[in-house]
Amino acid sequence: MAKRFLRWEWLLVALIVVMSVVNTRLSPFFLEPTNLLRASSDFMEIGIMMLPMVFIIITGNIDLSVASTLGLSASLLGYLHNAGWNIWLAAAMALLAGALCGLLNGALIARLGLPSLVVTLGTFSFYRGLAYALLGDQAARGYPEAFTLIGQGRLPGTRVPYALLLFIVLAVIFTLVLRGTRFGRYLYAIGNNEAASRYSGVPVRRIKLMIYTLSGLMSALAGMVLAARFGSTRPDIGSGLELTVITITVLGGVSIAGGVGTMVGASLSLLLIGITRFGMGLMNLQGQVQGIAIGALLILSILLPQVGGWLAKRHVWGRATLLPVGAALLVAVAFGWFFFWSRGLMLAAQ
Amino acid sequence: MLTEKKLAPARSMSLAQLASRFRELGIAAFILVLAALVSLRAPAFLSVDNFRDILLNISILVIVALGQMMVIITRGIDLSVSSMIGLTAMMVSSMLVLFPWLPMPAAILLGLALGATLGAFNGLIIAVGNVPPIIATLGTMSIYRGMVFFYSQGSWVNASDMPEGFRRLAKASPFGVPNLILFAVAVLLLVAFFLRLTRAGRDIYAVGSNPDAARFAGIRAQRVIFTVYVLSGLLAGLAGVLWASRFEAAQTNTAFGFELQTVAAPVVGGVNIFGGSGGVIGVVLGAFLLGVIENSLTLVKISPFWQLAAQGLLILLAVVFDAAVLRRMQKRGS
Amino acid sequence: MFTNGVRLFLLVTTVAVLAACGGAPAAAPTSAPAAPTAAAEAPTAEAPAAAGANYVLVPKNLGNPYFDTANNGAQEAAKELGVTVTYQGPATADATQQIQLLNSLIAQKVNGLAISADDADALVPVGKEAIDSGIPVVTWDSAIAPGGRQVHINQAVSADIAAVQIQMASDLAGGEGQIAILSATSTAPNQNEWIDLMKTELAKPEYAKLELVDTVYGDDDDTKSYSEAQGLFKKYPDLKVIIAPTTVGIAASARAVQDGNLIGKVFVTGLGTPNQMREYVKSGAAPQFALWNPGDLGYLAIYTLDAIHTGKIKGNPGDTFTAGKLGDYTIDPDGVVLLGKPTIFNKDNIDSFDF
Repeated sequence: MAKRFLRWEWLLVALIVVMSVVNTRLSPFFLEPTNLLRASSDFMEIGIMMLPMVFIIITGNIDLSVASTLGLSASLLGYLHNAGWNIWLAAAMALLAGALCGLLNGALIARLGLPSLVVTLGTFSFYRGLAYALLGDQAARGYPEAFTLIGQGRLPGTRVPYALLLFIVLAVIFTLVLRGTRFGRYLYAIGNNEAASRYSGVPVRRIKLMIYTLSGLMSALAGMVLAARFGSTRPDIGSGLELTVITITVLGGVSIAGGVGTMVGASLSLLLIGITRFGMGLMNLQGQVQGIAIGALLILSILLPQVGGWLAKRHVWGRATLLPVGAALLVAVAFGWFFFWSRGLMLAAQ
Repeated sequence: MLTEKKLAPARSMSLAQLASRFRELGIAAFILVLAALVSLRAPAFLSVDNFRDILLNISILVIVALGQMMVIITRGIDLSVSSMIGLTAMMVSSMLVLFPWLPMPAAILLGLALGATLGAFNGLIIAVGNVPPIIATLGTMSIYRGMVFFYSQGSWVNASDMPEGFRRLAKASPFGVPNLILFAVAVLLLVAFFLRLTRAGRDIYAVGSNPDAARFAGIRAQRVIFTVYVLSGLLAGLAGVLWASRFEAAQTNTAFGFELQTVAAPVVGGVNIFGGSGGVIGVVLGAFLLGVIENSLTLVKISPFWQLAAQGLLILLAVVFDAAVLRRMQKRGS
Repeated sequence: MFTNGVRLFLLVTTVAVLAACGGAPAAAPTSAPAAPTAAAEAPTAEAPAAAGANYVLVPKNLGNPYFDTANNGAQEAAKELGVTVTYQGPATADATQQIQLLNSLIAQKVNGLAISADDADALVPVGKEAIDSGIPVVTWDSAIAPGGRQVHINQAVSADIAAVQIQMASDLAGGEGQIAILSATSTAPNQNEWIDLMKTELAKPEYAKLELVDTVYGDDDDTKSYSEAQGLFKKYPDLKVIIAPTTVGIAASARAVQDGNLIGKVFVTGLGTPNQMREYVKSGAAPQFALWNPGDLGYLAIYTLDAIHTGKIKGNPGDTFTAGKLGDYTIDPDGVVLLGKPTIFNKDNIDSFDF
């Protein structure tokens, strides 16, 4: 087992190398440390939310509400700031609120036994809705500089953003917890077989409560970083980030079925997506086209490792396969032809 | 029915059935209570016009949610429906701009064919490529949405470009009821018929409640799973045509974010996310509940800033309520 | 058999897709000019040829005809000035994505940025960063707050935009009755400013008989705007006019009026594009609405950017410059350049506009 996942991480490393070489060849601006460090700040909130997501997905669950929790806690921060609170007190309350959001998710999932997809789909709307209820059409702005430094500041004398340091420290802690503690082993056990691990004495409910609370807390922390980076908050802050977080986690080799995955893999995947996006930005690829590339990367990352296995089966090449292959190819070609033909006509007509 | 009995112990089966029956009754009761409360504050709620508007607003949701339901029954999920709707809406309306003489049945067929092709691609990746459904459709959601943009290079098809016949497709009511509602009812009947009375339909439940057992019973699970994604795409394709007709526009962000509603309707309506159970009535009630909630939040003048929170809370309540009931029943059963 | 055959097929397509992906970055710039739309005129293809500067026009998001029209104007200015203008925006109107994009543009050391901001405050730090790196920042359509930009090109004075909409609403309502506002998202900065100013305008004695009964938000989403408009008809049976100061909301409201057979009873007005509204102007659902010419907006933004980049002006209040066919402009004390007054569209003039 261990060997297979080692291989996955090497694959990610190889992809990172390939991407870097391609980007460097295509854009002279890619390898500048200033540029790379500046671009890193676009991914730190995602990275912070990714860390507990790895725990959750390893246990075979999911959390769709992370970006909404981020929005709610950042909006609470803004609301309290507008009401004249001290910024650090407001931030502490916002972190607490985030943890409570996670606790509620965990309680519904662990205590009532509800599917995590359903619960967090509901709280996805609910928490974002509360963010709108708090701030309405108002923005909170004018945070003190000491606070905005969290998102905008750099280590004195260097170009290294504080947020990057924060992420690295957190990532190391999360890696150690996952690899070196009983808690970490329990997570894999639950993901592999929840019923069996419960019978062998793993406190399944308590662990689920803990990881969802942790996820809420980290999302709130990401909310603080994002609000500091923006220097302001609106209730729609960070919406849609949950899909990026999940994409990166899964691309990092954390199996959605549970029981499999490492923190190193997920962090490498964050780096891979980061440099891919930045590279595509440098080449001025349109955002929607970037979406196609990320979507394809996600699917191929799971398809490709299986290819070797298929080819090993000798009867793949048998005559009986011709019909379905032919039919599928025919449909694909017909669709492709129609797509490009009608697109050409349409664009010519404009 | 024979296969079903073989697959699972009779008691748990009937329990699940009982639970979903109860869920349907519960939602119906919930809708009635909500309707009564709302009509006290806003008498306009009970008018025929308002009822028609609610039905019109949920018709497309019902069509897509029925496809989503079949996917969920097999323990899957199809997040790409919104992008499939966007892509078929854009492609079909573009064809109608280019060839305004195309008859409406041809437009509908084109939408169905495009949708089914996109769905088949999902099905291939999932059933044959062994990619988990949530990942596969998360990926194709971005890919298909990117294709919409690539196809039109960002421009929209506007109302004045569309042939009159196409704009009337969803709206005209030659039989006294708007066509859109008739489409939804027709799809509903077809899906109900398919699930109950055909072998392939029953296989969907069998695969969802126990894939291994289904394999032993001689059901080709892979083929069934492939089929549900094709069907989901097919219905999304139909929905795309109707969407463009109803909203008289095809935009690059048509139906963006709609996938969440299509998952919420079946889930609220008692379709078990772990597969194997759920029915068309539940989906319709779930969609109707979502429609009533949206309609009444507007009518009783709840601040728009609280609407999203209220919607999320009501969905959570429905799910929690259901879980509590199911638990009590299980305790009594054992 | 089925399985293996299809697996083989998947393998083949996978390889094909991979090959395509591998070729994509190199192919993208060369294939782009083949597409005739302005949106696809990728700069990278022309950049090496043009000796002039490279500016970037950043809309709130790609795939919106309003911004595409602004780009047409920007490209016209680019041709006159002998510079390159890249049209590049986020996939959805979202501040996080827009900041990510701006970071990659700063990294490319482009010669100037003309931005329609998704969030006035959140973009201040990144705008500041661009200015500090020596890249001039001009905003248009939707401003970044002062500090994050040098000059803002205002389509029209906000008070004028508010006034013309109330004026049109009053015309349509016959001077008295209930009116309602259907806006974009509740966080949209320019809509919120206009709504506040419309309320001020309504306080004037000549509008005393107009009653603003509600403000709702369609989130610039067609479906949501449509059902919000339906909700308004039901909540206020005597409603006479819906003002929608957003291009998505106005078309959805007009369609809701048409579908509800309310033409002649409820009128829609606000801000929209002629192509989207043509149908509803002719049917009488939205007899008149207003907008500035977005093409001129893009044109002026590029001329302003070029004036700053080439050192003709510093971007300080009081600076004067000439913007091609549009004539002379002066930066006012707030760092704002004013395009002009909004145009009112009705059935008499709508067919002479195409955007």
